[in-house]
Amino acid sequence: MPTLTYRDALNQALREEMQRDTNVFLMGEEVGVYQGAYKVSRGLLEEFGPMRVVDTPITELGFAGVGVGAAMVGLRPVVEFMTWNFALLAIDQLVNSAAKMRYMSGGQVGVPAVFRGPGGSALQLGAQHSQAFESWYAHIPGLKVVMPATPADAKGLLKSAIRDDNPVIFIEGEMLYNVKGEVPEGEHVVPLGRADLKRSGGDVTIICHSKTVAVALKAAEQLAAEGVEADVLDLRTIRPLDTEAVLASVSRTHRCVVAEEGWPFAGVGAQVVDIIQREAFDELDAPILRVTAADVPMPYNKQLERAAKVDPAKVIAAVNSVLYRSGQ
Amino acid sequence: MATRARPHPRPRGGLDSTRAEAYRGWLQQMLLIRRFEEKAGEAYSLGKIGGFCHLYIGQEAVAVGSLAALGPDDYITCSYREHGHALARGISARAVMAELFGKAAGCSGGKGGSMHLFDASIGFLGGHGIVGAHIPLATGMAFAAKYRETDQVAVCYFGEAAVNNGAFHEALNMAALWKLPAIYICENNRYGMGTALERASAIYDISERACSYDMANEVVDGQDVLVMHAAMERAVQRARGQKLPTLLEVRTYRFMGHSMSDPIHGHYRTREEVEDQRKRDPIAVWSQRLVAEGLMDEASVKTMDKRMLEEVEDAYQFAEQAPEPEGDVLFRDVYAEQ
Repeated sequence: MPTLTYRDALNQALREEMQRDTNVFLMGEEVGVYQGAYKVSRGLLEEFGPMRVVDTPITELGFAGVGVGAAMVGLRPVVEFMTWNFALLAIDQLVNSAAKMRYMSGGQVGVPAVFRGPGGSALQLGAQHSQAFESWYAHIPGLKVVMPATPADAKGLLKSAIRDDNPVIFIEGEMLYNVKGEVPEGEHVVPLGRADLKRSGGDVTIICHSKTVAVALKAAEQLAAEGVEADVLDLRTIRPLDTEAVLASVSRTHRCVVAEEGWPFAGVGAQVVDIIQREAFDELDAPILRVTAADVPMPYNKQLERAAKVDPAKVIAAVNSVLYRSGQ
Repeated sequence: MATRARPHPRPRGGLDSTRAEAYRGWLQQMLLIRRFEEKAGEAYSLGKIGGFCHLYIGQEAVAVGSLAALGPDDYITCSYREHGHALARGISARAVMAELFGKAAGCSGGKGGSMHLFDASIGFLGGHGIVGAHIPLATGMAFAAKYRETDQVAVCYFGEAAVNNGAFHEALNMAALWKLPAIYICENNRYGMGTALERASAIYDISERACSYDMANEVVDGQDVLVMHAAMERAVQRARGQKLPTLLEVRTYRFMGHSMSDPIHGHYRTREEVEDQRKRDPIAVWSQRLVAEGLMDEASVKTMDKRMLEEVEDAYQFAEQAPEPEGDVLFRDVYAEQ
C-alpha cells in the first residue's frame, strides 16, 4: 500500500472524485494558480481547468453562498476555506442557507456541497488563527461534520463527503497535512458516521477526533508501558455521531476520557458525556473526564500556548484520575 | 466601463396589439396578487396565518413584468416578500395560500411559511429570510448555468436595504468578474422596514453601485409593467446572449407596512406620502392603458377582477380545509435519505 501524506491523500480524493463526476468542482481562495494555501489542490487546475478549479476573491460569505446556490441546482461543489477561522464570515450561508434549504423547501431542494479546510490550532498563530469550531457546526441539524485524523481516513472520508447529498462540514487538521500513512489506492471510501477504534485495550476508553487522536495514541502508548491498556476511539464523524461504537467501548472498559481541541463549554465532549450517562450510566465505574483546550483565547507565547493545548500528559492525568490511580 | 444609468426612453406609440393576450395576462396576474395579498392580510388578522407576513401590494408590476420575460428553465430567488413572485411564476394560489396556513398541501409542505415559498419544478428556489444572503445563491445558480453551458438565467429579487449588505457586493463582484448570466433586481420601495433609503445609503441612485463592478445597469419605473418588462427583456438578452449580468434598480413603492405588524405609515413616513404614491397604483396604470388603447373595456376589467377574487376565495377555502402535516413529517427532510 502506498504511503502518502494527509495532504496528498486529500488531493487524491479530490482528483478521483473530479474524474468520476463532472458535477464536482473546487472553489476557494488560492486553490488554483497558487496550488492551494496548504497545497491540497496541487495540480488540479492543470488537470481540470479554471471552470472546475475556481480561484475566488477573499470573500468567504460570497463564495460559500455561490457554492450553496450551485449545489441547489445540482452541482457538487467542494468549497475550500483557507482556514475555518475565516469561515466565520460565511457561517450565515452554512447555517441559514445550506443546512436549512432541504427542510424549509419541504424536501425539494438539497445542498450537496462539501465545505472544507483546516481547523484547530497550529503553532503560535495567536488567538484569531487557532480555533476549533466543530461543536458549532455539529449543533446544527442539516449539517454533517467530518474530521479525519489519518491520511487513509482523510481520503476515504472526503470521497464519502463529496458523494453525500447533504452539506458536509469537513474540518482538516492544520498540523496534520504532513503526517504520513498508508493509503489504499483507488476506490477507498470510509462511510460517514462510523468511529474507528485506533487502538484496543480493556482498561479505559479515550474518545478523540482529529489532532487529538495522535495525542491519545501517544498517551496510550505511555500508559501501556505502565500496564494500563486503553481503547482509543477516533470519532471521525462528529455528526452523525457513532453512538454505538462509543457505548460498545465504554461498556467494555467502564471508564472514559474525552479529548478535544475545542474549548470546554458546550464542546463535542459535552455531547459525548451526555450520551454515555444517558445510555450507559450503569456501566460506569468512574465519572467521565474531559480534556480540552484551556478556556481562553489562544495566546501567542510558546509556553502559554503549550499550557493552553491538549497534550499527552493531560490525557494521562485524566486517565489516571478515572482509574483512581496515582501517576507514575 | 459601465456608466451611470440614464432612464431608458419610455416606449412610445401604441401597444403592440399582437401581444394583447399577454398584456391582459399581466393585468390578470397583478389583480391576482393584489387580491391574494388583501386576503392574506385578512387571514393574518384572523390568526389563520402566523409568524411574519410581508405583503407585496403596490409592487405587483415588478414581479409580473420581469417574470414574464423569463423562460421555463430559468432560476428565481427572492427575499421574504415573495408571495407575488411565486404567483407570477405560476405556483397556484391554492399552494401559496396553503403554505401561509402551514398546511401539508402548501408549496413547501407547510414547513417554509410565508418567507420560504419553493417550487423547484418551475425554478422557484425560495423566498429567503436573511436580508441579502440569497444574492450569492443566485450568483451560484448563474455559475451553474455557465458551468453546464446552458442558456439559463438566474434572477434575484431583493429590496434596496440589501444593497448595504456585504453579500450584495460580494455576489455582484463575482458575477461581473466571472461574466455570469445573472440579473439582480433591486426593488427600491424606499424603505428598509422603517429606514428610508437616504438614512441608510451614502448614495441614493442604487443603479450607480453597478459601476463598481463594471456591470450593466438601468433605473426602471416599477409602477409601469410595460416599462418593467422591456427593461427585463434587455437584461435577459444580455444574460442569455452575451453571458453578462445586469443590475436593475426598480423604483416602486410599498403601499402597506413592512409586515402585518407595522402600520401603513407610522413614524417613518406620512399618510400624505403614501396617499400620493397610491396615485400611481400599478394596476390602475396598466388597466387604464389597456382600456385607453382599446385592448380591454371597463366591464372586462371588472369581470377579470371578479374572477381573481373568486380564485383567491377558492384558495382560501382550500387552505382552510387542507389537512395539517402528519406523521413523522417533523423529522423528515432534515437530511437526504440515501
